[in-house]
Amino acid sequence: MEIRIDNLTKKFGDVVGVEDLTLHIDDGEFVAFLGPSGCGKTTTLLTLAGIYKPTDGLIRFGDRVVNTVQPKDRNIGMVFQSYALYPHMTIFQNIAYPLKLKKTPKNVQNEQVRQVANVMGIGELLDRRPGQLSGGQQQRVALGRALVKEPDVLLFDEPLSNLDARLRLTMRGEIKHLQKNLGITSIYVTHDQVEAMTMADRIAVMNRGHLQAFDAPDELYDRPKTRFVAGFVGNPPMNFLDVEVSPSNGHFLAQADSIQLPLGAERGAPPAGHGGPVVMGIRPEDIQIVDEGDVTGEIFVVEPLGREDLIDARVGPHGFILLADTEKQHRAGERVSLKFDMTQAQFFDPQTERSLLWRQ
Amino acid sequence: MSEPNRKPKSSAALLQSRRNALRSYLGAYGFMAPAGVLVLIFFLIPVAIVLYLSVTNLASSNFTSDLAKMEFIGLKNYRTLFNDQFARKIFFNTIFYVLVTLSLFNVSLALIVSLLTTHIDRSAGFVFRALWILPRITSPVVYILIWKRMAAEAPFGILNQFNELLGNPTYNYVATNPWVFVVVVNGFIGVSFGMIIFTSAIESIPKDLLNASLVDGSSRMQRIRYVILPLIRWPLLFVVTYQTLSLLTSFVEIQLLTDGGPGLYRTEVWSLTAFHRALSNYFGNAQWGYGSAFAVLLVMIGVVLAVIYMRVFRFDELVAEPRVEAL
Repeated sequence: MEIRIDNLTKKFGDVVGVEDLTLHIDDGEFVAFLGPSGCGKTTTLLTLAGIYKPTDGLIRFGDRVVNTVQPKDRNIGMVFQSYALYPHMTIFQNIAYPLKLKKTPKNVQNEQVRQVANVMGIGELLDRRPGQLSGGQQQRVALGRALVKEPDVLLFDEPLSNLDARLRLTMRGEIKHLQKNLGITSIYVTHDQVEAMTMADRIAVMNRGHLQAFDAPDELYDRPKTRFVAGFVGNPPMNFLDVEVSPSNGHFLAQADSIQLPLGAERGAPPAGHGGPVVMGIRPEDIQIVDEGDVTGEIFVVEPLGREDLIDARVGPHGFILLADTEKQHRAGERVSLKFDMTQAQFFDPQTERSLLWRQ
Repeated sequence: MSEPNRKPKSSAALLQSRRNALRSYLGAYGFMAPAGVLVLIFFLIPVAIVLYLSVTNLASSNFTSDLAKMEFIGLKNYRTLFNDQFARKIFFNTIFYVLVTLSLFNVSLALIVSLLTTHIDRSAGFVFRALWILPRITSPVVYILIWKRMAAEAPFGILNQFNELLGNPTYNYVATNPWVFVVVVNGFIGVSFGMIIFTSAIESIPKDLLNASLVDGSSRMQRIRYVILPLIRWPLLFVVTYQTLSLLTSFVEIQLLTDGGPGLYRTEVWSLTAFHRALSNYFGNAQWGYGSAFAVLLVMIGVVLAVIYMRVFRFDELVAEPRVEAL
């Protein structure tokens, strides 16, 4: 089912939940809505579900405008962060509930519930009640309940946030696998950018009710179109530095106080042409500690992550987050030389926060 | 029982632990004491006194406040009661009054009002519920006066004024339909209790659960039937239990509205009889002993009903073991 959202606005009194959102989702696509709390992603999801009525704009499922269609007539399945299982029903009754409401014959209900339960690996639990299940099992039941009616659209509202880290990893893979197999158009709301990056075909990054970007994960990562997207996508987050870029001897130079970084024409020409100060962004993995680097600084803090060390280095008043090999055993207070991979540098207009390299 | 690698306690340590246990018990009973004293003074002692009065022939004519001087007559009052030609009528009046008021108003209407007011705009719902609380917080005398004036005979009552305006015959409503008024008047008061309990129970159902039901394909009516009602089962049973007992003992409104009439005991209920016999005899002879017999039977019916309700509705399942452990 293709979903087309055009100029969607949802207000609660004077409070804007989401404003002027336009988003077209292809049939069978897995789209993540990514953003911090209160960015409007859940509001959008509940509007798609038919729980909220749009204040303005159009929502189409296929060719059908669904703005005022009741949730029950939208054929959607939804998975909630709290699982939202009915505590007074058994697992069987929970999964069968959508079928019962559709007046599916009892024997068909029985067959379909068992089939879904087996796919989800909860076939043994059908007689229990939700309260007797672990969080992971409950989430499988919730997923089963969403799938049993063979929905046109699957909506996920932070479904993995209540699970422990290990289970989250397994479920992440399972949901992605299931979605690809069934080919159901899915929308997945999350504030966890790792979930969004790993699962989604395309990610809609939202902030304060506005769509910031809608792109494939690697596109968002390599070519962020706004400073917000650049800072939100990626962990640890991108470093930002106010610089001036000017031409110098056939190439370009980004300067901030004592820091001078040489740049090629591809990345250097647009910010130089912009004139005045710009915001430079550089990812932690694009800064390295070397013997002979571009600048020297001092290590402020070392945070061991196991596989690598997260290092906060200071160059004059500027701080940079970078990643280093644990075997180097860097210590706080150590003086180091830093090498910036400027072929990966990003540049943003300080006022509009739009990228100077990638146009929308 | 004991963990394998724990050393046997020394007697001093044992004594200390017993002392601690005793101290924590004292604390627990200390906290329960105020409630215990209230139950003792306002329930157990009065019941005991009424029980004693019910086996004496205390009346206006032989009044004494000295318990020892009262004349013991055994179960004579109870024999009189069971042979009283009106006791049977009053008993069935009471059942009728309690059942009809409870089922139509205290439970059903309360449920309907809470369901309606939780499905509309929040502030509008609040206003409606506030209106339904008015009968409860209005003084009974004022409240009954309002009803009486409303239903009064032509040309006073507003109902009859409408009748006159439309050219219909006029009625003496309370006299012609006493039960309708007794039930409605009490019912309107009774709605507020269930309404408050049901509303808070409905509002405490997680939003996700309610949304899930809609997404799963239920209409709003189906959601009420399959999700909301099962989830407020305990509050429902509690209101049924509590309001049954409350209606059994209520009589002020009936006394003010019909005083058990019209005619002989048309709307007289058991608790009102106890009051009439003991404290407000028409002939000026207050029969405390005989009235007490009525009151004792009412207490017994109440206790039996409460026990039955608790068993049938399995209220013990609601009571969990305490989570706080004293060391």
